[in-house]
Amino acid sequence: MITDIRWRVLVIVIIVGACLYAIIPPSQKIRLGLDLKGGVHLVLRVNTDDALRLETTTTSEQLRDQLDKAGIAVTGVSVLNPTQFQVAGVPPAQDSLFRQTAAGVEGTFNRESGVGGTYTFTLKPNLVVQLRREAVTQARQTIERRVNDLGVTEPLVAEQGSQGDQLLVQLPGVTDVPRAKEIIQSTAMLELKLVEQGPAPTREALLQASNGTVPPNLEVLPGVESRGAERPETVYYLVRKVPAITGRDLRNARPSRDVNNAPDVDFTLTNEGARKFGKATGENIGRYLAIVLDGQIRSAPRIDGRITDQGQITGGFSTQEATDLALVLRSGALPASLTYLEERTIGPTLGADSIRSGVMASLVGLTLVVGFMLFYYRLSGINAIVALSFNLIILLGAMSYIGATMTLPGVAGFILTMGMGVDSNVLIFERIKEELSAQRGVRASIQAGFSRVFLTLLDTHSTSLISAAFLFQFGTGPIRGFATTLVFGLISNLFTSTFVSKTIFELVLSRRQVAGLSI
Amino acid sequence: MQIFKNPNYNFVGYRWHALALSWAVILAGLLTVYFKGLPLGVEFSGGTIVVVQFDRVPGIDQVRSAVGGSFPGGGENVVVQRYGGAEQRQIMIRVPEVGKEQGTGLSQVADLVVRGLQGAKVGDFKVVGTEIVGPVVGRDLAQKGFWATVLALAGILIYIALRFQLSFAVGAIVATIHDLLVMMAFLAFFRYDLSLNVVAAILTITGYSVNDTVVIFDRVRENLRGMRRDNITHIINVAVNQTLGRTVITAGTALLSVVALFLFGGEVLEGFAFTMIVGIISGTYSTVFIAAAVVSFWRSKKPSRMTAATTPPQAAKAPQTARTRAKATRGTRVS
Repeated sequence: MITDIRWRVLVIVIIVGACLYAIIPPSQKIRLGLDLKGGVHLVLRVNTDDALRLETTTTSEQLRDQLDKAGIAVTGVSVLNPTQFQVAGVPPAQDSLFRQTAAGVEGTFNRESGVGGTYTFTLKPNLVVQLRREAVTQARQTIERRVNDLGVTEPLVAEQGSQGDQLLVQLPGVTDVPRAKEIIQSTAMLELKLVEQGPAPTREALLQASNGTVPPNLEVLPGVESRGAERPETVYYLVRKVPAITGRDLRNARPSRDVNNAPDVDFTLTNEGARKFGKATGENIGRYLAIVLDGQIRSAPRIDGRITDQGQITGGFSTQEATDLALVLRSGALPASLTYLEERTIGPTLGADSIRSGVMASLVGLTLVVGFMLFYYRLSGINAIVALSFNLIILLGAMSYIGATMTLPGVAGFILTMGMGVDSNVLIFERIKEELSAQRGVRASIQAGFSRVFLTLLDTHSTSLISAAFLFQFGTGPIRGFATTLVFGLISNLFTSTFVSKTIFELVLSRRQVAGLSI
Repeated sequence: MQIFKNPNYNFVGYRWHALALSWAVILAGLLTVYFKGLPLGVEFSGGTIVVVQFDRVPGIDQVRSAVGGSFPGGGENVVVQRYGGAEQRQIMIRVPEVGKEQGTGLSQVADLVVRGLQGAKVGDFKVVGTEIVGPVVGRDLAQKGFWATVLALAGILIYIALRFQLSFAVGAIVATIHDLLVMMAFLAFFRYDLSLNVVAAILTITGYSVNDTVVIFDRVRENLRGMRRDNITHIINVAVNQTLGRTVITAGTALLSVVALFLFGGEVLEGFAFTMIVGIISGTYSTVFIAAAVVSFWRSKKPSRMTAATTPPQAAKAPQTARTRAKATRGTRVS
């Protein structure tokens, strides 16, 4: 019996000790959530349609090239929507040749024939799902690289939402919100394209040479002349649709200065990129190369010689712009555009206020509960209070071990654990009282009190755990913090109110013979 | 020390009075919601909140007129109120609009608010927090919150039906739904916004309210074994009275902690604490008056199953004598 108690005391001491170790000093060991620490909380939607449209457009362009090479004269190739494109006017005589040529894209698209030599190609449904998922994952990884590059400590980027297309971004301690948002959402789609015509002040002037139509393998892009001047003007260029190189060919990018000491971005290329770029520049010396960022021409310098593995992006940047552009280029392009759904900023003042009121409410709550238990249960109240303190220590310790964060609703959960945690002790004590008034001995009453109530406790804790689990499922951030606190509070409460409390009673009773119980 | 010395109240006897009181509160709540609406927090309704801290707090009306100009109807839908304690010198401005969801647009409205304040010369201030929620998020959340509550209730129903029996589960769920409706009613009376934190409180009460009920049911189950001959209403009354001290004390300690939270926990948690206070009181009341009454009503309607007390529902269908039934389930309890 004695050794049994010694073992139990040892178990309790080890558990409580380990938890104490995990939370002292609290200011360093307890991770605070964004709502207490201050920072930015963003929810974005990844517009995955963009990724599908890119796949559809690229494939339709490839097919157009192949049809040209095979000498099949169709009237048009057009993208209908993000997942479909249409080839119109296939001459009946060339129909079988067309089908043969188009077989190449049928790995990814389903072909359907319509009337008058029209064919509709639809992206395969399993690919749609896969591309959407990839776009979200890629966007998350890209944003992760960017916020890490920004130097944010402990940022969080996570996928969420019922459609699986939302990203949660939490940046603790960040105060320059507009800049953070700019960096996160910048698509950073870099393309270097050969200029065929331009610049011209209007589209019409640009297209005069080609009788007002855009040749199929070219496109018109806007650019800004004399950027940063008092009255920047929009100009237009006719450029090749297929880029010489894109952001994917970049190995690295960093902010620098050009020959005029204006900020620019220096980049180096991968081996594959260097080979492509060397070929494109070597064949086109003397012509112009448009630097296109997110569909806008930043600048169009002349190609003075063959360039292989490095270059500069100029275009009237400020120092900050050049730094940020280098950052987003390093992290790679986003596969799709982003839409902001939710945006919260919590200033450090608000967070500090919340911590102060949380601590205050905890202390008042604790005092009230402790006072009541001592008043109502006398000496046994001390037992309940020891159990309660262990309960709170284990709760915080467990949260610290699994790296859970303490949020403001989490503080509420902590305070609730105080008020509701003593419930178990009350239940047991009331039962012991009943047994005592039925003229049973002290030992027998305590024994009966604990054993009879144990299953009841299991039931009450189970129902609370069920609702806490759904709460966790429902909430994000702060609410999850609350649910986590509740769950750990409940589990550690079951341990302290039965195991710890009972051990304390037995410890007291083993020392001497008692006639009555102060309860 | 004991609050109640051998209590012997006829709780089930008061069920019609209790029913009338509960319906009165719930109906008044529903009418309030119908005519005045349930105020929604920005998480659900969408909108923009800007919290600013002033060096010297200007009048609320001054702030309202400074901000209102930027919005349709002179900003009649703009809410301006003090935020936190007086020493924090903070004012919260809430606007139902948000900027366009595309690009950086979401913060446009917040910028308008700040520019309005700067232009009106209401004193030096800094923005200490903003919260901008687009309409999509609110819709998603409302749906998720609804399903979380329904599924939590279903989970508890199943758990109690398995551990006790169906009539007990129905009693517990009716009592819990009662508490949810009462909480909604009081939120509507006192015009607290239905925010994320309030939904968290509601879900917490869903679990908590059942606790009390389970404790009483446990007692009923235990008593059913010793008092098999007695009328079910009597058995339930005895159980409620036996656990009355515990019911009142635990509600009391829980209330103590939530009242501390309500008084000192700060602005953000006030709605949460208020909902918890209502929920705890209603939960205790409904356990004693509603849950027990439902079980006694349900079971007195089905006299054939009266003696099947300690038997799980599936076993109750088998034709057994009371003696073998008691034997079959002895293992489920330690006594």
